[in-house]
Amino acid sequence: MTVTTEEARAAGLVAPRARTTADRPRGLSLALRTLGPLALLAAWQISSATGVLTPDVLASPGQVVQAVGELWGNGQLGDALSTSLTRAGLGLLFGAGVGLVLGVVTGFFRLGEELLDSAVQVLRTVPFLALVPLFMVWFGITETAKVALIGVATSFPMYVSTSGGVRNTDRKLVEAMRSFGLSRWAVVREVVLPGALPALLSGLRLSMTLSVIALIAAEEINSTEGIGYLMAQAQNFSRTDVLAVCILIYGLLGLAADGAVRVLERLLMPWRPVNGRAVAGR
Amino acid sequence: MSAPAVHVRGLRRVFGTRAVLDGIDLDIARGEFLALLGASGTGKTTLLRILGALDRADEGTVLVPPARTVVFQEPRLIPSKRVLGNVTVGLPRGAATRETGRQALAEVGLAGHAEAWPSTLSGGEAQRAALARALVREPQLLLLDEPFAALDALTRLRMQDLVGDLCRRHRPAVLLVTHDVDEAIRLADRVAVLREGALVRDETVAVERPRDPADPAFAALRRDLLADLGVHQETKTETANSN
Repeated sequence: MTVTTEEARAAGLVAPRARTTADRPRGLSLALRTLGPLALLAAWQISSATGVLTPDVLASPGQVVQAVGELWGNGQLGDALSTSLTRAGLGLLFGAGVGLVLGVVTGFFRLGEELLDSAVQVLRTVPFLALVPLFMVWFGITETAKVALIGVATSFPMYVSTSGGVRNTDRKLVEAMRSFGLSRWAVVREVVLPGALPALLSGLRLSMTLSVIALIAAEEINSTEGIGYLMAQAQNFSRTDVLAVCILIYGLLGLAADGAVRVLERLLMPWRPVNGRAVAGR
Repeated sequence: MSAPAVHVRGLRRVFGTRAVLDGIDLDIARGEFLALLGASGTGKTTLLRILGALDRADEGTVLVPPARTVVFQEPRLIPSKRVLGNVTVGLPRGAATRETGRQALAEVGLAGHAEAWPSTLSGGEAQRAALARALVREPQLLLLDEPFAALDALTRLRMQDLVGDLCRRHRPAVLLVTHDVDEAIRLADRVAVLREGALVRDETVAVERPRDPADPAFAALRRDLLADLGVHQETKTETANSN
């Protein structure tokens, strides 16, 4: 009556091959992640050592490390970093805050969209770099000009992502919450914002990247401190090692911003499955 | 026993420390309709997913035909494709494919909806489109994962008739995973009950077709299956049914 495995195979049956990924050990995953940056570093070192990259084009990794030591030792790097981070942070706070509020208003309230959306869309198309001269005239060479520029640059990605995310809110869920007597503000707080969090955080990621770009633009012109100032100085003296340090710092800032958003994702959205995979059930 | 369509020996699947499937042996013959019953969380969907290559086995031998398709609990239609496009998705393009797709839609009674968007379909219609998508691939094994669970009672009865009809015509081996005892008895050639990782019952349905719930054999099997699932009915039902 019963069929043996051999007979079943002979009848043309095959083993189902599930394309599920086995969980990788954390260490291996981390090692694979660092492989790319390490390869870049190795390539840089090799081309410097073999003379393909001469110091007047780009300093070698060793010289860059020395420059970091020198700048850190005389306090220049610490001062520049704290100044620049304050500017970027303040600008991001204002910009992302305004973008968030406007995004919720236009995404959730019909009147808000009708009144605001087209105006914001028009402003959004203006490249923020074009505002640099205008801000100089308005604010002079002050911190306000720099923070305002970063704020303007970072508000638009946040606005677009937020209003999109809010618009995708589950209307049925909103309807259900209204039937339980929640006020509009309570609905926004309990349903709309948590639902829009993925979009919101991807907007924040874009805003953070833009805040660094805007920071460079603001500091390259007429500043007396900050990383951009350090770069301008290094450019005058053809110090490619200091330039490389500054570029690396910008890169690390971007990386740190990305990491911060990942941590935020995990902290703010504990209900979401880890690694995009549902927790195995049944 | 005729040629096999599914051959499972000693299948184990562990989630964390819990063996959801613990040493399952199962055979399904070609053209046979097996209904697999079990309470929530007993691993029936996991077994189906392993047969459909959507999950892996931790231990044991699993053999299935190369051509197999799944109908899920939800329709899982691509919202950006029209109904016909959803039915023929992944198949080689061409007039012939479109024609077979249309025929499959006609078989499930959706001939007029070929150009509709999935979002305009009702729950039952969407599930019929999912059924057409599964059948158009001419599977040797059709895996049905509680395909009627989300439908209203009337639509469910109609869908059950449709599925029974289509399976008799196309003769794929079928594994139907369900909670619904009546549905299992109505449709299946054989019923099995999964409990605590093992098949506690595996028997041929002896009730004559067409199967009538008023048939005493139907009622007896129904009571036995419900008892296996932990639902004990009072004997009053029995006297009512046998009269």
